[in-house]
Amino acid sequence: MTLTEKILARAAGKQSVQPGDNVWANVDVLMTHDVCGPGTIGVFHREFGKHAKVWDPEKIVIIPDHYIFTADQKCNRNVDILREFVRDQGIKHFYDVIDDPNGRWVFDPVKGNYQRQYGARYAGVCHTALAAHGHTRPGEVLLGTDSHTCMAGAFGEFATGIGNTDAGFVFGTGKLLLKVPETMRFWLEGQLQKGVMAKDVILHVIGAIGFDGATYRAMQFEGPGAHSLSMDDRMTIANMAIEAGGKNGIFEPDDQTFAYVNARTNKSYDPAFCDKQQQFVYDKLFDLAALEPTVACHPNPGNRKLAKQCGDIALDRAYIGSCTGGKTSDFVAFAEVVRGRQVKIPVFGVPATPEVLHELQASGVWQMLVAAGVQMTENPGCAACLGGPSDTFGRMDKPQKCISATNRNFPGRMGHPDSQVFLASPMTVAASALTGKITDPREFL
Amino acid sequence: MSAIIRGKIFVVRDNIDTDQIIPAQYLNLVPTIPEEYAKLGSYALCGLPLAEYPGRYVADGQTTSPYPIVVAGRNFGCGSSREHAPIALGAAGCKAVVAEGFARIFFRNCVATGELFPVETTVRLCDTLRTGDEVELDFDANTLRVVSTGKVIALKPLGDAKPVIEAGGIFEYARRTGMIKA
Repeated sequence: MTLTEKILARAAGKQSVQPGDNVWANVDVLMTHDVCGPGTIGVFHREFGKHAKVWDPEKIVIIPDHYIFTADQKCNRNVDILREFVRDQGIKHFYDVIDDPNGRWVFDPVKGNYQRQYGARYAGVCHTALAAHGHTRPGEVLLGTDSHTCMAGAFGEFATGIGNTDAGFVFGTGKLLLKVPETMRFWLEGQLQKGVMAKDVILHVIGAIGFDGATYRAMQFEGPGAHSLSMDDRMTIANMAIEAGGKNGIFEPDDQTFAYVNARTNKSYDPAFCDKQQQFVYDKLFDLAALEPTVACHPNPGNRKLAKQCGDIALDRAYIGSCTGGKTSDFVAFAEVVRGRQVKIPVFGVPATPEVLHELQASGVWQMLVAAGVQMTENPGCAACLGGPSDTFGRMDKPQKCISATNRNFPGRMGHPDSQVFLASPMTVAASALTGKITDPREFL
Repeated sequence: MSAIIRGKIFVVRDNIDTDQIIPAQYLNLVPTIPEEYAKLGSYALCGLPLAEYPGRYVADGQTTSPYPIVVAGRNFGCGSSREHAPIALGAAGCKAVVAEGFARIFFRNCVATGELFPVETTVRLCDTLRTGDEVELDFDANTLRVVSTGKVIALKPLGDAKPVIEAGGIFEYARRTGMIKA
């Protein structure tokens, strides 16, 4: 069996499963956030009753992160709905924006977007926060009400996005009916060259198989190249399985995985490893050393070009942030290209989590980026990666062109329906910010 | 749900993602709050770029659409897992989307909620049919008939999703199969 099949078989209490089987799988972690949590809670109470209790208050993780730093009253209310539910149900893992469990969240627009406006428990972007707080563990099943939940596949688990109704079902039962996907294998060899990053790997792969090339399928990344990648790199790659339509992305766990996970949780887990006999519907070798800085042009993540071929595309702004592109390593790579130069176009930087913010400030990277002209916010979150309410930091309110280290670029993704988004690595975003047009970062290294 | 759905179609092309179905700024609305559910319907498909789609799915000031059927190309519903997407369409009065292909989570959310039928066809209808054409969908015979010409096109059977859709969604299906208490 493939990694996905092995994990789903175990979660369903079966010896083996095959692609196409529909199984009731036990869920280890269910994650929800401020955008889909209130609706999930509504479904749960509608179906199981007003006084119903969740199946396990220790296995639900609630992470407000999407529409937090906005004066929109409904958005602020949605965080309060989560808090009330957590209190009623005794849910253990809730990364609230404020410290007072009986308080109400109100964003202060006068204080603005740049200055910190959150309490001690806030964790930032859910997928990055799940990993940072030890909720991503090898061999487990993690479901989340967000399509980028597949990022946790970096840790050798089955992780996928679901809707409110399915999540409401899991709240009550701890199970979900899942179809076992076929597996595509991406065998990675070689080492990434200078100026080429994990984002280039996944943009290359999506370009190779197409924006719906992995629909209903698992994307399994294997081979020496896969093991040579850092955990941050694996997260960047697994995060974007959904951009090719994938049900999940998954890496086999190794010593690096265990070190990362064990440093963040003392909960035990049972990892799954690759069998000798595996059936794939697609099996291709990718040489990491042959890859070059890559861009997914407007209007979909499969619209692949090399950065060096896009020099005629003039940009209005640049953005670095999100689950896939707002980690400490992403900002460090961005800073390596900028190195004392000034950016030429407006650039917005949003750390994924408070930890990222602290690490960047402690190492001086933050100060260096601010000096270079990058507009950095101290409020970690999803921000303009998905547009959001009109007062969202970095949102495109006009039909502009933006190069972004985020993960999705369908029309209107970052705000205005006629704006255009070009996806690229943090290094390519940095080089492009320095010139005002899409630029291969190797020109600056 | 009835086995026959007849009505006017609204035609879109490939990669209609969840931001075009319901733009992210409206995700502050909670689908299980009735007045916010209705509001979601008024925004259905409002993220379609105006230049490409000058005719709107829901007219300004209205909460429902005159088109109970949407016809699309490849990868309909790609992008986010937001259930607000099938719900916005359902709230606007959409009964079925007929596409060359669906993104997985959107398809699943249609099935789980019972909001609308996600139906696949191997024929690329979005190049030949026009918004406003009338069609009849028959889920017993798995066909789409174009009313003006009488032309009949085969639909793919709903497959594994059928018993869940027929039950009315994941909860009713689980009750019927004994997975949760009736």
